[in-house]
Amino acid sequence: MPIDCKERLGVLSDYLNGELDDALCREIELHLVECGDCRILVDTLQQTITLYRTHGHETLPPDARERLYAVLKLPAPH
Amino acid sequence: MNRTTDNGPSGEAALVAGLKKGDPAAFTELVERYSETIYNLALRMTNNPQEAEEVLQDTFISAFRAVNRFEGRSRLSTWLYRIAYNAALMRLRRRELPTESLDEPLLSEEGEPLPRQLADWTGDPGRKLLEHELRDVLAEAVAGLPEGLRAVFVLRDIEGLSTAETAAVLDLTETNVKVRLHRARLALRERLNAYFAGPGDALAGAVQDLPQRGSYADRL
Repeated sequence: MPIDCKERLGVLSDYLNGELDDALCREIELHLVECGDCRILVDTLQQTITLYRTHGHETLPPDARERLYAVLKLPAPH
Repeated sequence: MNRTTDNGPSGEAALVAGLKKGDPAAFTELVERYSETIYNLALRMTNNPQEAEEVLQDTFISAFRAVNRFEGRSRLSTWLYRIAYNAALMRLRRRELPTESLDEPLLSEEGEPLPRQLADWTGDPGRKLLEHELRDVLAEAVAGLPEGLRAVFVLRDIEGLSTAETAAVLDLTETNVKVRLHRARLALRERLNAYFAGPGDALAGAVQDLPQRGSYADRL
């Protein structure tokens, strides 16, 4: 991976969060057009984030929730 | 994508007032609003559902006891997540022996594996299996992150907290949260690469040039 790609890596998360200013954003996007490695990196990073946003959260198990309310001596709402 | 309800400062002020008066409905609302995120933070920090449940209970017990000292200098959620994070850290420090792995079948004296749970197989077992497998892969990858990256990643990318609130919960600067989040994402991407990438993946070579996983994070 060329040096200039490594320098851009630091701002990739900001880019993926939509937190980069327009000029830097354009710079990244221009770079992605010509650099296959960075394109794959951005794409797989985006997929990683999406996977965790979609499947990473675990629902509190109903029995754990019941025990929590019992320990706190509160009636569990429906 | 904040999973917790954000009723803004006015809704929160009413809730805090209810808590300080000892109104049971206010305590119930506090549990309903924040238990999911606290459970997820605890689950990822401990990588153990049993301990996560204990952290969840400890958090609310501590919070109920301390609520009269809550001065509103931070948001209620931030205050609670801080209690939860510290409770999870305490539990990690207290660990002496590795806990029983769920992968090990329980054996009776005759060597027959004992079933843990008896329930109907409703729904589509095949689809459920795939979903479970994916969740296991995702959980295992997070469990492999250094502690300091794990908490940032769970709060930011799984639970959807803002950079500012994550920084307040973990007592970090916002810049530090951003750096750790980026490190966590890169490390997770690398771990998931082993599962999802084809044999000729171009990135496998490219990523070798990145700084070693964990080495930078450990210095933060």
